[in-house]
Amino acid sequence: MGGKISTRAAYGEALLEYGAPNEKVYALEADLAECTMSGKFGHACPERFFEIGIAEANMIAMGAGFAANGKIPVCHSFGLFTAGRGYDQIRNSIAYPKLNVKIVGTNVGLTVGEDGPTHQCIEDLALMRVVPNMVILSPCDGFETKAAVKAMLEYEGPVFMRTGRPVVETVTDSVPDYKFEIGKGVVLAEGTDVTLIATGLMVQETLKAAELLKKDGISARMIDMHTIKPIDRELIVKAAKETGAIVTAEEHNIIGGLGSAVSEVICGEYLVPVERVGVEDKFGHSGDAWKVMEMYGLTLENIVHKAKKAIARKN
Amino acid sequence: MEESRIKELELQAAKIRKTLLQAIRTANSGHIGGSFSIADLLSVLYFEKMNIDPENPKMEDRDRFILSKGHCCPAVYAALAYRGFFPVEDMSGFRSLGSYLSGHMEMNHIPGVDMSTGSLGQGLSVGAGMALSAKCDKKSYRVFVVTGDGEIEEGQIWEAAMAAGNFGLDNLICLVDNNKLQIDGSCEEIMSPYPIDEKFAAFKWNVVKCNGHDIQALSDAVDKASEPNGKPTAIILDTVKGKGVSVFENQIRFHGGRPSAYEYEIAFKELDAQITGLEA
Repeated sequence: MGGKISTRAAYGEALLEYGAPNEKVYALEADLAECTMSGKFGHACPERFFEIGIAEANMIAMGAGFAANGKIPVCHSFGLFTAGRGYDQIRNSIAYPKLNVKIVGTNVGLTVGEDGPTHQCIEDLALMRVVPNMVILSPCDGFETKAAVKAMLEYEGPVFMRTGRPVVETVTDSVPDYKFEIGKGVVLAEGTDVTLIATGLMVQETLKAAELLKKDGISARMIDMHTIKPIDRELIVKAAKETGAIVTAEEHNIIGGLGSAVSEVICGEYLVPVERVGVEDKFGHSGDAWKVMEMYGLTLENIVHKAKKAIARKN
Repeated sequence: MEESRIKELELQAAKIRKTLLQAIRTANSGHIGGSFSIADLLSVLYFEKMNIDPENPKMEDRDRFILSKGHCCPAVYAALAYRGFFPVEDMSGFRSLGSYLSGHMEMNHIPGVDMSTGSLGQGLSVGAGMALSAKCDKKSYRVFVVTGDGEIEEGQIWEAAMAAGNFGLDNLICLVDNNKLQIDGSCEEIMSPYPIDEKFAAFKWNVVKCNGHDIQALSDAVDKASEPNGKPTAIILDTVKGKGVSVFENQIRFHGGRPSAYEYEIAFKELDAQITGLEA
């Protein structure tokens, strides 16, 4: 496993690496360049970097104007202020006309810790999922984030990408033949008793949970679902058929995000027990990031617990 | 502008009004008041001022047009149709299944439409984005954005105004259709946007005031706004909602309401008389 870096820091490096050589790529920022990490690109390409000020709705709709002129604008802010404040602009000025605008929401979830509930965005995946034409990416570590940025810039159409503040372990760089493809989940470990499907930094927790389950004689399949939309139906159905039980894990409300997306596939195609780990439809709390995560049950222990519950519910 | 040319543009505006009213009658829905108040403006822009080509709607260096108050699209559709972007007969499909002429502006299926709009307050931001992007490309085309006077109650308009002023986007022209009425009442009583001119000026814009139904005045205002001088320009159009038909003028209910059969009869009679008079 290759070191530790936050997905937002990896994002900043990747935007510079893949965005700088592409003359069509522009970055629009709402006064958070050092948080979203768009500043790296801004320093290297000042002529393609614009501070729009603390006016996210305007920034996002200005992005639509850039895209209508054939450019690839990337709009940056915290997840709450892109997906949340910019919802109507994303829906009507970007997704409906299917303009090639990329939207980045960083510092999502409970792990912004001390900043508290007003900044702990646990709704972005839900908000973006219900908008037609949107692609939603939620990479788990630095290595995957870089691959996701490359794919996002190459894809023609609206994309929302969430990134996070905490430093997280890099796990996907050791996956044999790892390939990032929008809409295709990555099988990190094979297993037969239950499938653990996670996104974002819960992937790392789920990997640890799989190790614990192994000690109890439970063989868990492990899927890193970096694309929330379009969801990888084929992989989910295969997992349901072969393992008979599913657990999802996400740093997001259990309503509307990964757990809902997986459940929708399961309900429609092949019924097996599904247990969801996430924020149980409650606002967060100020405090140390990982202690808040523990308080809300976003832990490997809860994943283990839910896995056993899902297995017990089989038949 | 020569008298004969003014007459031609007045005639074009009358035809736009008649055609859009026919479309609204067929659809049994649509927005008359704000469409009628911008008909003269659209005649001047589409038939005199804008650099556009119906044979090549996506021409790279064309002037851009965004109807931020997207509900007034039937006026733009009529202008586009007469300008040759699509057959005038297609107007009969307005707002119906099987037609590409949707109830609000749509850019991907309607030739000549540069931006999809409908949710108020977003068009000026998109226009600012286009104008800034044109500056990056060192292009000299202009971006025209039409907003309503009620629409500028939206905070995003002023976010966009602040950005456009600070970026010095002198290729951006915002035309405010100041017809003084919105859905629930007069702008003054619902939420006064006044003074509109001083607000834009405070955001580092040039401001031009103009009678929005006077072809010559409209032409002069657009020319003045097109001079590159380091600032975006707001043209505040003094207009009458429902302009051109006696029973529609200054009537709040014709923001989006349906005329009676009798009102339609009067309207078409008046519009036909205008057209006949101008053709003479």
